[in-house]
Amino acid sequence: MELLPELLRGANVTIKVLLASAALTFILAFIAGLGRISKNLLIRKLTGLYVEIFRGTSLLVQMFWIFFALPAFGIHLSAYFAGVLALGLNYGAYASEIVRGAILAIPKGQTEASIALNLTRWQRMRLVILPQAFRIMLPGFGNISIELLKGTSLVSLITLSDLTYQALTLRNTDLSYTMPAFVLLLVLYFIIALPLLYATRWFERRASKGVAS
Amino acid sequence: MTWDWEFAISVFPRILDAMWIALAATITAYILALVFGLFLTLARRSSFRPLALLTYGFIEFVRCTPPLVQLFFAFFALPTIGISLSPFVAGVTVLGIHYSTYISEVYRSGIDSVPKGQWEASTALNFSKAYTWVRVILPQAIPPVIPMLGNYLITMFKETPLLSAITVVEMLQTAKIIGSESFRYLEPFTIAGFLFLALSYPAAVLVRKLEDRMKLAYRK
Amino acid sequence: MKLEKAKGQIEQPVVSYKDVNKSFGDLEVLKKLNLDIAPSEKVALIGPSGSGKTTIIRLLMTLEQPTSGLIKVNGDPLWHKEVNGEMVPADDKHLRKIRNNIGMVFQQFNLFPHMSILENVTTGPVHVLGIPKKEAQERAVTMLEKVGLGDKLDNYPVQLSGGQQQRVAIARAVVMQPRVMLFDEVTSALDPELVGEVLAVIKELAKETDMAMILVTHEMDFAYDVADRVVFLHNGQIEEAGSPKELFNKPKSARLKSFLSRFHSSSNEKIAM
Repeated sequence: MELLPELLRGANVTIKVLLASAALTFILAFIAGLGRISKNLLIRKLTGLYVEIFRGTSLLVQMFWIFFALPAFGIHLSAYFAGVLALGLNYGAYASEIVRGAILAIPKGQTEASIALNLTRWQRMRLVILPQAFRIMLPGFGNISIELLKGTSLVSLITLSDLTYQALTLRNTDLSYTMPAFVLLLVLYFIIALPLLYATRWFERRASKGVAS
Repeated sequence: MTWDWEFAISVFPRILDAMWIALAATITAYILALVFGLFLTLARRSSFRPLALLTYGFIEFVRCTPPLVQLFFAFFALPTIGISLSPFVAGVTVLGIHYSTYISEVYRSGIDSVPKGQWEASTALNFSKAYTWVRVILPQAIPPVIPMLGNYLITMFKETPLLSAITVVEMLQTAKIIGSESFRYLEPFTIAGFLFLALSYPAAVLVRKLEDRMKLAYRK
Repeated sequence: MKLEKAKGQIEQPVVSYKDVNKSFGDLEVLKKLNLDIAPSEKVALIGPSGSGKTTIIRLLMTLEQPTSGLIKVNGDPLWHKEVNGEMVPADDKHLRKIRNNIGMVFQQFNLFPHMSILENVTTGPVHVLGIPKKEAQERAVTMLEKVGLGDKLDNYPVQLSGGQQQRVAIARAVVMQPRVMLFDEVTSALDPELVGEVLAVIKELAKETDMAMILVTHEMDFAYDVADRVVFLHNGQIEEAGSPKELFNKPKSARLKSFLSRFHSSSNEKIAM
């Protein structure tokens, strides 16, 4: 199998893109998730707008827009950066709903008890609400990272040589590679997804058991 | 170079026209997903273990691999073993099957929410299995999950730009073609994005309204 | 005796409500409430559900905002502050300053499920009072021992019975050393056999502390034993108030009589003795 080394070089890029965009996704998820329940109307509206726009349009359209249309404003991003930015912005919008939902799922009594202890607004969030909400977010975050991994394949369409791109290149070298290359490609993606899948299932089981220690 | 209204207006109809392709692909793939998803749900619950396990594996595999790669597989790899599909058919089939794995999860949650007593009552009345499914379980399992099913319709519509990768001339592909003809990408891509938003945002609001209403209905 | 002390001195009330109204939408929960609490006074609020008694203490804890009227703590307005002689709505900083005087125990305990028992009781002293962790822990341990849970420090709330959880909640509030403690139907969510242990802890606390206490309760025996003054509320107004003896043994208003008759079998006999 001379195909595997070629593909693995692409896997390297795929994982880099995955990690970078996952970091961006989760940062944006917290910013937008907290923003949407902010007391400040302007912040609520702005983060709401961000979420609606990025959830309302397609990831690929966003990626093309950032890569092909932004240069019209003089902003030239590398394919890597454009890809990571599009993935992060898109999945960050989805993940912000997970953050928001988890925070809202914490019983009101927890906030009231924190007020009774005279904790500041930020202490309430940091010490009481977020640690509990975080457990609720984990299964959702797991699912988002699987979606994110799948989304990384789109960077091949803006010339980044990730896993998918490598398979397309192999096909161009020799048409007889097509079937084995794409079967291998699917399997490789699945292998990368497996740890994420297991983590997600584990978080789900733990969340359904409820909190203890 | 910034936004050019004249150019934008001149290319708008071309992109709008391509929306019909996107919608046709969405609807066809969605119907496939609804039907095949139900089949997956039932197969996964089968008492014949190998079938249940195989279905489980299939669902996880399809869910965990990129639809774009599945599209390439169907469009580039399948012809090498004698299965040639047109871009549209390959695209619709892949999208439909990919999302059927999600839809089957939705069905499953609906079925799991039907109280056990309904099964027991059906057994007590000596209903056949098929009759129990069709007349007792599904009519109770489906309505509560309709908003979730609606969400997947919107999601699938937003996935149609993927089909551009296998040369289906939907909105994004049209925008790309316009871009390469005129060297102006800003307007066509922005219009394509706007058209997605214009359709999917109201639809999402509608689904949320439906969701709220159903929550109320089920609380009573 | 305590009551006489409170009456005898011309002390500034630690809490005072002046013409306080509270509505939720069209529903008037409190109507022109006037109530003063003396320092170290123990006041029981009784009345049918919906009479506004819980709202009285939730307003004081700043969990609800009054629709109109003035609440003062130690002479400082709670929801307002004076700027150049004018009353303006209080900001967060002001609320936090006033809140330092007040602690609360909830019906549903509201312990922090992700923290151990010890952490539940040290969070306030460390993060609000700024006490070094070591010292806060010592304080917390003493407090937890006092409520009989010295052996549960490293347990988590879910591992405790309801009665134990509520005792932790009491420790968590008292360790902050507020001047006023609020108890919101603290035994209503408990199984009957667990009520006694919680009430015993509060009684003990009431005896030895000079904190003021406002207790919303349905336990008439308990109110009789603990309170210096009992206030009976009906439809958001004070219908009758007085010493437990007066109120329970010689109720004047017809409403109070009928309210107390509901507890007849369980409470009144003992009270009559």
